[in-house]
Amino acid sequence: MKTEDLITALAADARPSGPSLPAGLLLAVGAGGVVAAILFSALLGLRGDLVAALGSPRFLFKFLVTGTLAVVALTLALRLARPGAPASGVLALLAVPVALLAVAVAAELVAVPETLWMRRLVGENWAFCLVMVPLLSAGPLAFLLWALKRGAPESPLLSGILAGLGAGAIGAFTYAAHCPDDSPLFVAVWYTLAVAMVTAAGALLGRRLLRW
Amino acid sequence: MSEEWATLMRAALAGDAASYRRLLTALTPALRAFARRTLAAAGRDAAEAEDVVQETLLALHLKRQTWDPAMPFGPWVRAIARHKAMDVLRRSGRRGEVPLDGLEELLAQDETAAEGELATRDAERIAATLNGREREVVEAVCLSGASTKEAGLRLAMSEGAVRVALHRALKRLAAAYGSAKG
Repeated sequence: MKTEDLITALAADARPSGPSLPAGLLLAVGAGGVVAAILFSALLGLRGDLVAALGSPRFLFKFLVTGTLAVVALTLALRLARPGAPASGVLALLAVPVALLAVAVAAELVAVPETLWMRRLVGENWAFCLVMVPLLSAGPLAFLLWALKRGAPESPLLSGILAGLGAGAIGAFTYAAHCPDDSPLFVAVWYTLAVAMVTAAGALLGRRLLRW
Repeated sequence: MSEEWATLMRAALAGDAASYRRLLTALTPALRAFARRTLAAAGRDAAEAEDVVQETLLALHLKRQTWDPAMPFGPWVRAIARHKAMDVLRRSGRRGEVPLDGLEELLAQDETAAEGELATRDAERIAATLNGREREVVEAVCLSGASTKEAGLRLAMSEGAVRVALHRALKRLAAAYGSAKG
């Protein structure tokens, strides 16, 4: 085919189809969130003392930190899905959820006597957390990778990592409504580990799937 | 110049085939010069440049929604051309030798426009990956000067069916380039 003919064919297909890139990403978050919520209500359900827990800053902090991580990761993923967009500066945004967690851990260490630290950290249900968070994140990860596949990430690996972080954060956000362990010490260890597992899956999948 | 391209691209994204054609035609000489330079850096035959040009045009097209109209147009084109150039080098077993800042100067130079089209090597073979109907649609669209309506009349297909088949054909072409061993 001559290049001139190719250009003619491309011109005839000028109007793009489907949602814009940000709209696609929002759709993916919505669809992934619905899948996670369905799994959540089928397997877990809200914790029994929810009403009392709503008054606990420790319980609310779990949503704050996972929600912040999700927003930051997805904002970065959207930015990196656009070729030529400056990204190096915005990657520093990832420090925001990390700083939130560090402050909460420091506050907990001050508020709680040393003898209780280990008990808070180990919690009641860490193994369950390590299974359920990745499970709840699987749907969001699939949808996020689909949305980013429509983009053009210069580094499929990095975009896969951000998709994994975003999906892990959505899964952890959902799981938090069931999880009986509220201490930032527990969150810092087990939530982080669970999100890291999802991030690793995102990296492995993204590196293959997000090539273009 | 970049501002003019951005205007054309905005019109293209709104469905204006003529603007889009002008834009792609204006970009092609610079893409061609960039492709030659990239191939030369990889120690490969510059005669393959036209294949790289076509692969880059397809990538620009299929990823056109990743351009944010609020962003400058030049860096976006450059990033995609560079990405495709690295792809070509990777397939030939070389790395990190893409002439990084080549495209921008080339886009600014008018004399590159004088260079003619080169022969393609892979393009014919890659076009052969289209199935019968897709090829008919691509040919009819070319004969109709980018009018899907007229192409539909030629083929006794609805305009919508032409659009769907055309889009599928372009995706298939891009995939064929991606898997071609260069």
